[in-house]
Amino acid sequence: MSDHFVRTTHAPAKPAPRIQIGWVRWARENLFSSLLNSLLTVIAVVLLVVMLPPFLDWAFFSAVFSAVDGSACRVDGAGACWAFVEAKFGQFLFGRYPDAEKWRVVLTLILGIAGLAPLLIPNRLPRQWLVAYLLVPFPILAFVLLSGGFFGLEKVETSDWGGLMVTLVVALTGIAASLPLGVLLALGRRSEMPVIRMFCVIFIEFWRGVPLITVLFMSSVMLPLFLPEGMSFDKLLRALIGVALFSSAYMAEVVRGGLAAVPAGQYEAGKALGLTYWQSMNRIVLPQALTTVIPGIVNNFIGLFKDTTLVLVIGLFDLLGIVQSNSTDPTWLSPQTATTGYVFAAFVFWIFCFGMSRYSVFMERRLEAGAQR
Amino acid sequence: MDNRLLPAGAALVVGLVAGFLLYPSFGDTATDTPNVDASDGAEPTPAAPASLPVVENRSTLDLVRERGYVRCGVSQGLPGFSNPNDSGDWSGIDVDICRAVAAAVFGDAGKSRFTPLSAKERFTALQSGEIDVLTRNTTWSLTRDTALGLDFVGVNYYDGQGFMVRKELGVKSVMELDGAVVCTNTGTTTELNVADFFRSNGLAYSIVAFEKSDEVVAAYDAGRCDAFTTDASGLYSERLKLADLNDHVVLPEIISKEPLGPAVRQGDDQWADIVRWSLFAMVEAEELGITSENARDMKTSQNPPVRRLLGVEGAFGQNLGIPNDWAFKIITQVGNYGQSFERGVGENTPLGIPRGLNALWTDGGLQYSPPVR
Repeated sequence: MSDHFVRTTHAPAKPAPRIQIGWVRWARENLFSSLLNSLLTVIAVVLLVVMLPPFLDWAFFSAVFSAVDGSACRVDGAGACWAFVEAKFGQFLFGRYPDAEKWRVVLTLILGIAGLAPLLIPNRLPRQWLVAYLLVPFPILAFVLLSGGFFGLEKVETSDWGGLMVTLVVALTGIAASLPLGVLLALGRRSEMPVIRMFCVIFIEFWRGVPLITVLFMSSVMLPLFLPEGMSFDKLLRALIGVALFSSAYMAEVVRGGLAAVPAGQYEAGKALGLTYWQSMNRIVLPQALTTVIPGIVNNFIGLFKDTTLVLVIGLFDLLGIVQSNSTDPTWLSPQTATTGYVFAAFVFWIFCFGMSRYSVFMERRLEAGAQR
Repeated sequence: MDNRLLPAGAALVVGLVAGFLLYPSFGDTATDTPNVDASDGAEPTPAAPASLPVVENRSTLDLVRERGYVRCGVSQGLPGFSNPNDSGDWSGIDVDICRAVAAAVFGDAGKSRFTPLSAKERFTALQSGEIDVLTRNTTWSLTRDTALGLDFVGVNYYDGQGFMVRKELGVKSVMELDGAVVCTNTGTTTELNVADFFRSNGLAYSIVAFEKSDEVVAAYDAGRCDAFTTDASGLYSERLKLADLNDHVVLPEIISKEPLGPAVRQGDDQWADIVRWSLFAMVEAEELGITSENARDMKTSQNPPVRRLLGVEGAFGQNLGIPNDWAFKIITQVGNYGQSFERGVGENTPLGIPRGLNALWTDGGLQYSPPVR
């Protein structure tokens, strides 16, 4: 008989302490990991409890969802006047674009997405052709379709354009023009040719030195006085040119940051291989430089997208402008009308900007994975 | 990032060139650059001196006729004066003036286009020929009439600074506001007007001023002041933003003069006459009892002023350079002044502005038309 005991099986594991599992552990790690974090959690919860019910009440429970005019929203205690957004929804999207011609805007959008989507989603389609399509035939097509006056299409004055459509036209023109122009300006600023370098420096510093609102005012208030009588550029066109030049100067500085981050050895390698300037820029330097500054580029795009609301000051109605001007309609005037309109506009802007920022995160991850391979 | 930026860059340059070739027809440049035949002496127009800011020596009427529509500058949204309605069309009493001019010139009120203008842009837009008539709630003052190269042709709304108080105060006149706290905007003439008025009447007061009118309304609504002051037309539209609009009353006194009226470029007297008499025709029609409904029957009237106004007798349109049934078209398509007023801002609209100073002279107001004779 032996008096010793050898255990041949494991003792059943004890359950983990309760504070180490489930939601308790999650809360301890994420919400109460330190005194400061606990305090912040409590404050956040209190704020939510205080603010969320009134907001939900305003936005949903007391809100007016359908009405023929603003009288229902003028009732004491009425919440958001969504009926206003509903009644004006067409205008918020298209401005005063004639109903019968709205298919042209939709078609333009489809043509644009058809060109852009394959570029944004990784695939094996010939990218240079897509870029070329977006830069030449597409703007011409978009111009013909939106403005009309050719091929039997009815002419639609730009003063009738408005809403989300103008926001997208201004933002996309600025984005599409600023990237190539910005790259050229950034290269020019680092060029060894003094004339080109000076020109780029002056151009960039000039446009960076003036606020966008000044540029827009100059284009709409001063420019017509300098031009000969009877010669007038379209107001939207003036704003588009101003926005494009302005944003390209900012883009140039972002790209220059990327160029500076590429090690000198890469430039020298290009020269050693006997590549021309453009070959080495195209194949060696720019792909690395642009990848580095994707967050900066997207940041610029988002900023530009939101800056488009400034066209309001020169009487162009972007999404925010058309919301504001429609909230002066006496049939809909009420304590809640303007607020509801602003909340709607903020939501639409948020969707677009959040979408862009998520896309940039996706691109960064993908390119990072490529670099590590 | 793709390594073929070169084709994209080249495509951009081609695109920009193509864009500039196309763009002159963007907007309305192509249709109104009549400089080619400007020196053609065969044009028997009552031309303005060349030094004045009128497009060469073509009269505005000729330019408007050639273009096919009247271009008017309106606000970016002022309830009842010029604001977009549910279908996206502009409506309001300022808009009606423009429609009346179009009806007088073309016999079709629909041949009018509206350019929304910010307060800063409005005069430039008129001076540079971007618009033909400024119908944008603009106060007629000596400085504006003389220094800005424009002519005011009449008054379509007599505005002035008024006061709003809570009904529960039981106040019936501004004279009872001794010791009141008054809410207003900072740095505007409204503040000075209040100071002048209260001091000259020996009343005590204190002012609570805010930067934005929304803040002023909120402060008044929250009970921080006894009275809220701004232009009377503004009081009625701001009243709709209050929690319970029936608890508030606009006092009858008006303490400043703000005559709002249409303006045209200085130096084209014929065009100024057309706009002036379009407005007068609406006032005269109301005085003679002609409405859009009964105008057709009134043509058989034996009353000489009616017959003259409706173009049955005489050739008054010809003197203006427009068809003889000009006033008839205005009245049938836009209505008389009273109809326009009631439709835009009158007692049956949510604004509910009483006629007050804008009643006909026969009813104790100021609206008075010289005779059509």
